Amino acid sequence: MDASTLWYIAQGVVWTVAITVLSFLIGALGGVGVAGARVSARRPIRIVARGVVDLIRSVPPLVWLFIVYFGLAELGLRFSPFQSAIITFAIIASVYLGEIYRGGLAALGAGQIEAAKSIGLSRPDLLVRIIAPQVVRTVSPSMATYGIGLLKDSALASTIGVVEMTFRANQVAQNTGQGLTAFAFVGVIYLLLSAPVGIWTRRFDARLREKYLVA
Amino acid sequence: MDLITWFGYVVELLPGLWKAVQLTVISLALGYPLALLFAVLIDSKIAPIRWIILVLVEVGRGLPLLVLLYLFYQGLPQLSVVLSALASAVWAFTWSAAAYATEIIRSSLRSVGSGQREAANAIGLEDRDQFRYVILPQAARIAIPPLLGLAIIMFQLTSLAYVIAYSEVMQSAYFLGTKTFNYFPVFLAAAAVYASVTIPASALVTGIERRLSRHV
Repeated sequence: MDASTLWYIAQGVVWTVAITVLSFLIGALGGVGVAGARVSARRPIRIVARGVVDLIRSVPPLVWLFIVYFGLAELGLRFSPFQSAIITFAIIASVYLGEIYRGGLAALGAGQIEAAKSIGLSRPDLLVRIIAPQVVRTVSPSMATYGIGLLKDSALASTIGVVEMTFRANQVAQNTGQGLTAFAFVGVIYLLLSAPVGIWTRRFDARLREKYLVA
Repeated sequence: MDLITWFGYVVELLPGLWKAVQLTVISLALGYPLALLFAVLIDSKIAPIRWIILVLVEVGRGLPLLVLLYLFYQGLPQLSVVLSALASAVWAFTWSAAAYATEIIRSSLRSVGSGQREAANAIGLEDRDQFRYVILPQAARIAIPPLLGLAIIMFQLTSLAYVIAYSEVMQSAYFLGTKTFNYFPVFLAAAAVYASVTIPASALVTGIERRLSRHV
């Protein structure tokens, strides 16, 4: 396989990274809402949130992707393949990251919140100064692990025609018959993309532990 | 779009569900025993064995399953090895399941305290018997819930076999969609088919987890 073909495949990394990063960022924000609804003081909100989370997790991501791309188009809501991928993965990421945040909240302990309230902190201050810093520390490794999962899930976007890496490798495989080279090449790129995130997570975790002196 | 037509779609997807279940069961039946072997061999004293297992596990977990599927289905023909859709899917899913399960089993084996091994040594059990009668039963209790959870995830992932024309649920749904142009209800039917398996299965796993952790 010549260099220009490999270069063509490698350029797909832009789409792969764009889908992963955008969905992750939207999901990281949406997750706050999901976690908030899951621990809401109002029972109906908790029940609905739980139902939505369970429903989204019980159906494979590929099915949601097809519902958004093919299904909604039929109802008149047309999205480009790239938009469909972002919408689908952002919603799924909100759910999974929301559950990760909820786990972090549970680990925080009610004492922190009670103490903050007793010294008269406002709700935004409570969230930004007390809850967020502590929850971020406990959940950041899980978030990074989820991010790597999202990177791998982004390959699904190839099925609806987003020209990311897997899509391009598939094109090349069909045109040249050199599928092993093409897919081994993208495989290596996926590994190279996820490796630094793994290393960073471990460092970030170590640094935070040092800073806050927790075992 | 009435409910009876929609229910007809669900029924048309059921043969695909059976195919998806078959793929899941075969891959797990091959992948989990392989994972136990990997989990033991990854700490092998022989370095090349350790490296080979490590590469197998890291590649199995690090590549998108979609890429693994394509590697077998579209990659091997480059070496003049042509596999059927089912064979390619079984290879890819077994590899993936084995890789993830290796990590689960390895951490479960490690979580059995060193005191257990010392005690087994003290009463004169051989290495093999220690593993068989002391370590493994305790590790199994920890490993079973996450392994069952992984099984549900693998079942969901069978939807990916759609890309290599294995006639599971999504393949059938896509075909039905292009035939009827009712993509929205058809894919909702596919979602219902998956959920009807995963929701009860998840509830079951939660129940088993509670039971197994009762005396821990």
